[in-house]
Formats: sequence, C-alpha cells, structure tokens
Amino acid sequence: MGIGGLALWELVVKAGRIAPFVLPAPSAIWEQFWLSREVIWKTGLASGTNALVGLVGGAVLGILAAMVASRFRLLGEASIPVAAALNALPIIALAPILNNMFESTSSIPRRIVVAIVVFFPVFVNTLRGLRQVDPTHRELMDSYAAGGWTFTRLVRLPGALPFVFTGLRQASSLAVIAAVVAEYFGGLQDGLGSRITSAAANTAYPRAWAFVVGACVLGLVFYIAALGLERLATPWRRP
Amino acid sequence: MTAVELVGVGKVFNPGRADQVVALTGVDLTVESGQFVSLIGPSGCGKSTLLRLVADLVPPSEGTVTVAGKPARKARLDQEYGIAFQQAGLFDWRTVQRNVELPLELRRASRSERRERAREMLDLVGLGDFARHYPPQLSGGMQQRVAIARALAVHPPLLLMDEPFGALDEMTRERLQDELLRICARTGTSTIFVTHSIPEAVYLSDRVVVMSPRPGRITDVIDIDLGSRNEATRQSADFFAGITEVRRALRGTEVAA
Repeated sequence: MGIGGLALWELVVKAGRIAPFVLPAPSAIWEQFWLSREVIWKTGLASGTNALVGLVGGAVLGILAAMVASRFRLLGEASIPVAAALNALPIIALAPILNNMFESTSSIPRRIVVAIVVFFPVFVNTLRGLRQVDPTHRELMDSYAAGGWTFTRLVRLPGALPFVFTGLRQASSLAVIAAVVAEYFGGLQDGLGSRITSAAANTAYPRAWAFVVGACVLGLVFYIAALGLERLATPWRRP
Repeated sequence: MTAVELVGVGKVFNPGRADQVVALTGVDLTVESGQFVSLIGPSGCGKSTLLRLVADLVPPSEGTVTVAGKPARKARLDQEYGIAFQQAGLFDWRTVQRNVELPLELRRASRSERRERAREMLDLVGLGDFARHYPPQLSGGMQQRVAIARALAVHPPLLLMDEPFGALDEMTRERLQDELLRICARTGTSTIFVTHSIPEAVYLSDRVVVMSPRPGRITDVIDIDLGSRNEATRQSADFFAGITEVRRALRGTEVAA
C-alpha cells in the first residue's frame, strides 16, 4: 500500500500533473534527505532534546497538579474548565513572547512551550484516573485500616497509571510538534523547525520536505518510546 | 467463646433528613466461635449493612458491636477479620501472589513471611500455580478464590463475606461452597455469610438468620444440622427440610411486609 502510494505520487509529479514547487517527488525529497542527513541528525537531536525536556517537565507538573486537584473535590471540579480554557489558547503563539523574556541563545522558551502543551493531556487524563476508584477497593482498604497516603500509594496511583500513559502517549507527539513549530517564531535557530522555514524561504522545497520527514520520524520515535514505556510500566494490561 | 456479639443494634442513614432510612433496628445476634452463620432476606433488609457494622465499615446508630471480645473499631484496626465482597476487588496491577500479600504488607509482615503465607493460602484455594499471573488473566471463579485467599491471609478468627459467589455460575458456585466449608473447618474460622440463595445458606450454615425489610430486622434464626457436607448432602431429606423451613420463614416476612 505505502509503496504503491509513493510510486503513484512519484509518477504524478514526474508526469507534470503537480508542479514540483507545490509537492516535490518523493525521490527528490529522499535525495535531499540523504544529502542533509548530518544536519537533519544534528537539528533533530536539538529539537528532540527540547521536546524531551519539555515533555518530562510538563508531564511531572501535570501529574503533580492532578494529584493535588484530586485531593480536593472542589479544586478538581473547578480546574477542568480552567485547564480546558488554557488548552484552547494557541500556546505555540506564546513563543515570541517567551523569546523576548529570555536571551536569544536560550533553549528555554521552546522547552516551556512544549511543557505547557504537554501539561494539558497529562493533567486531564491523570485526574480522571485518580478519581476512578473501585468502591470495593475503598471498602477493602478501610477494612485494613489503611490511611490516606497508603491508599493513594497502593490504590490510587497504580490505578491511575494506565490513564497517565494515555495522556503521555498523546503528549509525546504533541511535544515534538510544539518543539519544531515553536522555532518558526524566532529564538535560537538550531532545530528542525528553523531549517524547514529557511529552506522554504529559499524555495528549496525538496529540502524543506526532507526536514519535515525528519520531524515526522522524530515524532514517531517519541510515540513508540511512550508506547514501550507504557508496556513496561503496566505489564498486567498485556493481552 | 463468642466471635461476634451485637446487642440492640440499629442503623439509620441520613438521620433527620427527608431521605432518612431505617436500615436496621433492634438487632441482637451472637455468633459462637467456629460457627458458620448466613444472613438471608429480600433486598433492602439490611443484611449487607449488618455485615458492614460488624466490619466497622459503617458505625451503628445505636447498640454495641463486639468482635473477638473487643469493640468493632478496635477489631478492625487489629485486623481481627478478613472480608470478601461480591466483586473480587483484586488489584489488577498486582500479581495474584502480591494481592494475597497485601493485608500482610499493611501489617508490616516480613518479606519472607508474606511470601510463605501467600503461598500457603493460594495452595489452600488450589491456585498455587497461578501465583505469578495477573488477575485479568483469571476467570471470575478463580478471582473470587484469590479474594478468599486474601481474606484469610492474616489468619483472622472471623471471615465476613458479602454475596461472594453471587456473580458466579452454578457449577463454580457449588465447588467454591465446598471449598469454603473445607477451609473454614480446617482453619476453625467463624464466618458470617450474606447471600440471597436459600440452598446456599442452608448448605453452608450452622445457623441461618432470616431478615425482613422496612425496617431491616431479624425475624427468625434457624438452626441447621446436616453433619459433614458432601455431594450426597445436596440430595438429602434434611437439606430439603432446611430449605423448606427457611423458605417458610422468608415467606412469613413477605406477608408481614
């Protein structure tokens, strides 16, 4: 299927049905990918680091915030609409503002953008998981005279783990997108995003596409890593 | 020795409000050590509430509950009883072995003691080979057996069970009934068993406590003496006589209600 699609794409572009500056042929993109492989690797590493740092930071904050919100019923109920409103903000558009707050050689603005983007899915999913407690589990732990923290540690947290990972899986792709796109708005230009914009500005479309492919691969790596981590951390859910 | 003693116990939910419910009133009940007592009655008769009063999961509105010679609260804190519910309530993220270990873990038992005791309990319910499985990999009947093993793990003198076989098919149910009797006889555990099945109550019990709703109360206590149970017991005349007697007592409560 995939190979057939690529062949069809190549054929359509070569036959002149689509202008190469609109959509370059896959062979041209591949050629550029190969030529720029070192730059793609280097910039991919930079973007990947930003995405990873932001992802970890945002996820830790999201989980902690969800734990606090689940402790207090009112806070939990009030926090969902606030979080939804925050999520509706074009967070990536904060990049220029953040860029002005830090030095131009700083990677922090992009990482902050990633962390904010990641926060929402992790927070919402974790909160949902923490709130779902089997009433039988509650009575059982009461019968053991288990205290609040013991209950959280032994029941709430492990029970919420599958939800946390659902959030992390969603967040992993978002993290890469945010890390790449945040560069469109200035700041330090050492990642994949800056190369995409500069190649496109120079009408080097196959090269721009080659970096897009690089970003795509990076996103996939993050997603698969999140999936693998989920498998490791929740062995009871394996079929 | 008495395992459980309730004197003048009543329970009112939401007292003084529009949705006030008198769940139980004037309950006096004594369970002797080693006895198997079933609570039976139509839904809303407060049998589950009665069990939870003994377990100190809900406090009584009046009267006193004594378990193993202590107030119910102290008995709960000392883990004087093990409890099993209609839902097995296993923790999916713990292996079968670690599920059974949980009450011991909360008692700060040593690692080796935990492991040994869990092994012993799993062998008792015939699941020694499944120690490393996760609960979702087991059938409903097996999960319920793990729950029983967990309830027995601290060697409690008292076992409280709230319709533990209610969600199981008839064949599994009868097998687990025999297993439960064998375990109780072997460990000398006293048992309070909530059920809505008349044959189950008669087959398992030394005494069947018949309850009626609105307000929940005990209307009859029927002594059962079937000797040691086996396959023939389920066909015996005494068994059917017991069933008839309990059924008649239940019907009596229906008319009264």
